[in-house]
Amino acid sequence: MSNQAAPAVAAASAAPVPNPATKPIPSTGERIPVIGLGTWITFNVGNDPVARDESAEVIRAFLDGGGTLIDSSPMYGSAQDVIGYGLDRLGAASRVFSADKVWTSPGSRGPAQIETSRRRWGIQRFDLLQVHNLLAWEEHLRTLFEMKVAGELRYVGITTSEGRRHSEIEQVMRDHPIDFVQLSYNIVDRDVEKRLLPLARERGIAVIANRPFREGALIRAVARHPLPAWAGDIDCANWAQFLLKFIVSHPDVSCAIPATSKVAHVRQNIGAALGRMPDEKTRRRMAELVGRL
Amino acid sequence: MLTEWWTYRLSDFLLFSPRTWYRLHELHNAAIWPAQLVALALGISAIVLLLRQRPASRVVTAIFALCWAWVGWVFHLGHYATINWAANWFAAGFALQALLLLVFGVVRRNLSFERAPTQDPLVAARCNISATAQRAAGLALLGFGVLAQPLIGPLLGRPWTQIEAFGVTPDPTVAATLGLLLLASGRAARVLWPLPLAWCGIAGATLWSMGSPEAFLMPLVGIAALLVRVCGATGSMRTSGR
Repeated sequence: MSNQAAPAVAAASAAPVPNPATKPIPSTGERIPVIGLGTWITFNVGNDPVARDESAEVIRAFLDGGGTLIDSSPMYGSAQDVIGYGLDRLGAASRVFSADKVWTSPGSRGPAQIETSRRRWGIQRFDLLQVHNLLAWEEHLRTLFEMKVAGELRYVGITTSEGRRHSEIEQVMRDHPIDFVQLSYNIVDRDVEKRLLPLARERGIAVIANRPFREGALIRAVARHPLPAWAGDIDCANWAQFLLKFIVSHPDVSCAIPATSKVAHVRQNIGAALGRMPDEKTRRRMAELVGRL
Repeated sequence: MLTEWWTYRLSDFLLFSPRTWYRLHELHNAAIWPAQLVALALGISAIVLLLRQRPASRVVTAIFALCWAWVGWVFHLGHYATINWAANWFAAGFALQALLLLVFGVVRRNLSFERAPTQDPLVAARCNISATAQRAAGLALLGFGVLAQPLIGPLLGRPWTQIEAFGVTPDPTVAATLGLLLLASGRAARVLWPLPLAWCGIAGATLWSMGSPEAFLMPLVGIAALLVRVCGATGSMRTSGR
């Protein structure tokens, strides 16, 4: 979607595309699927040809499942190159919602880093660029807003992770017309529900939830226990979908970005965007269950 | 870049998975074959030269300088940097160590393995290791790095194609270098310790973050070598009556 406002309409294969749940980006109303694809660690495979092909297959499965948003960063080693390899191999560069970050200091280095990232992805422009972990954020935000005005970028955002610098994030959300904020949110890390998520709703900012599984630790912790029978009532076939549905059913969360290097896992993840979603009462029940485990 | 640095865990700095790390070694090995055998031959040659009555100090130092330069250039810059941007800094560190070895050991001849290990008047530890014991420890660590440490991966069940060989990968090269430094006399040897010790910490932290069973090894090697050096120096001071 780098060069078009409409959502992706075709998947990587000829198979019919499922219809995942979507949510609107408040600043434009454009809808994005509630499950995205993160690339932290999983796509940093260097020049390994086998792993690069596997990553391309992960992208294929993600697109086949109706996903569009792929998120990366220049901080993630070779992840951008590997995304670019996969998109080129699948001929899918125009069918993703490309979300990347700027992560360098001083801020004057931002434009050069963004251009390098763009070439690595192999796209004409990014859909979303975010200031990574608020590094040199004042200068970078200036650059990103200028790019947006010039039509070189569609959305501007900021990121944080694991609860860091929330007061500063809050200030940026209040003072600047950003489109997206990315933060850590999952079934056990819920601090952002108190202030940041309500503020995002109030300011019309889309929310991307990172670390949905705490880098796999949450999945490993709950996988020792059987999935409760009532998970079927919200169309969860596995724990990954259980954990993801909790996140994306929050009314103020736009999408979650689980990362994986396995096709089977990305299919499970994107499956969380299908079927019934938990209501508030069920969400409480889900959190209580995982808290007990 | 790191505000609230105390909130970060060691694993937050790990950019890749264990699988990617070991595949990196596999791809590196395939790309440089049979350089591993050449490096092994150089390592064994260094041991033989050091066991002679009059060791060829300059030749041995040149061999190690070559190994550090190779690891910095080919492993760190050519391979590791594809998955870890910090590897560019590691490459610079290994290049610097190669340069130090060349300058002090080959050009200025300030490094010798011909006499008893060095006596360092600045050291004040309360222990005592004889010069002979320090030399034995140095040779043992050198032999471990060249011959034994590369076998740890296969012994832990990893394929031979992922072996970490002396002279072409960092850990065994650093372990063997610390052994070499235990044999060295001349005050110039002191400047050659910081970078290998720093790598022991970096290697340990990396493997610890990956949950690797041998994560303790390089920190242990670094601490043991440093202890022997400190204690040996004090012992030598006492035996020399200073």
